[in-house]
Amino acid sequence: MTQETLKPQEKAALIELLYQMGDDDFILSFRGSEWLGLAPHIEEDVAFSSISQDMMGHANLYYRLLEGLGEGEADRIAHLRTPDQFRNAIILEEVNGPGTYLKEPEYDWAFAVVRNYFYAVHKQIRLDSLRHSSYEPLAEAARKIMTEQYYHLMHWEVWFKQLMTSTEEAIGRMNAAIEKVWKDFGGVLTLGPSYADIVKANFIDDEAVMKKRWTNKMEAVLKEVGAAYPGEPRMERGNGRNGVHTDDLKQALSTLSEVYATNPATGW
Amino acid sequence: MSELKNSMTDTVMDALGDVKDPEIASVSILDLGMIHEVEVTDGKVKVSVLPTFSGCPALHIIERDIKKALETVAGIESAEVNFVFTPSWTTDRITQEGRERLKEFGISPPPANHVMGEPWEIDCPYCGSTYVTMENIFGPTACRSILYCKSCKNPFEAMKPVADMG
Repeated sequence: MTQETLKPQEKAALIELLYQMGDDDFILSFRGSEWLGLAPHIEEDVAFSSISQDMMGHANLYYRLLEGLGEGEADRIAHLRTPDQFRNAIILEEVNGPGTYLKEPEYDWAFAVVRNYFYAVHKQIRLDSLRHSSYEPLAEAARKIMTEQYYHLMHWEVWFKQLMTSTEEAIGRMNAAIEKVWKDFGGVLTLGPSYADIVKANFIDDEAVMKKRWTNKMEAVLKEVGAAYPGEPRMERGNGRNGVHTDDLKQALSTLSEVYATNPATGW
Repeated sequence: MSELKNSMTDTVMDALGDVKDPEIASVSILDLGMIHEVEVTDGKVKVSVLPTFSGCPALHIIERDIKKALETVAGIESAEVNFVFTPSWTTDRITQEGRERLKEFGISPPPANHVMGEPWEIDCPYCGSTYVTMENIFGPTACRSILYCKSCKNPFEAMKPVADMG
């Protein structure tokens, strides 16, 4: 399928899917960028900021596809929507920890590792499916993203396994982070209310199939590091794919778009 | 007519050879294998460019530099730059010349026939030794890693291998 051959119902479903994936990468990339200068050591600072930069590039790719479908310029998509127009999962918008980037950031590294690793595992599954997408421009974008995501997944997997088999304190913090992320990670694994149309048009695999792939992988990894499998991932605070969000998203967007919003007509 | 057209394409390609990667000043975008297609029609040129890494902040600068270089070519009225993702940019697109220029800049070129997931061998760009350690797979730009040569005791960078994952 191309832009020209999409039927209206298919186009609407595709637009929803692109917002979900673009917004997931966009907001988690922003949370990653807030760690700049605060990561546990300088090599991690270099790595994490590089990963965040790649992910912002991935969000841009999805937004460019939306641009092609008549959703307006990519920059405006990123900066001028209201929080209820965002489709990212709630767990990805959550603050990094108490404090702010500028004032007493008591950020939680275990939370960063767990959230990014769980997300990278899902992203890999999503991309594996997308490279056979019926919408050719999306398949092309996915193949591009995969070459970079490969390094991200490797990075977070090393951190995850190392900390899960480290000191008692590390393991305790990691288990607390797993518990926290698990409560809302179901929101990443869903395709939202347009699910049936998205799958019917073969844009991506069925969410149940992809979820199973994710839970299988998690079961294996947790077993490998000697941790208990927490059961079904939940969606306690609501479904971001429906436009339901927390105040954390509001805060993130107002910081992110502060400069752009002063004059959207200017080239930044 | 077609001969004339071909010579125009050659002139455009020559001009593109002068457009450098803003983050690696010694290597042209042509040598990096970033140029996919050049189409010249009636003084208008369309260039398809393959981005290296998708979040590369140098893309806007590259677009500007291509336009600037081409619009000074006699017979070219306007230049249009499009970034495309098919085919994917892979590190085997870097020319032999490009690989040499990378080394001059202190960056070890990536292996030409890399298979994703397999380990790769990196030679020190200064002394050629393979006795090197990877300090950080991520580096100062999206496309580079940081290494250390245990033979000549120099830190250096290497371009991350990127191969098509099918």
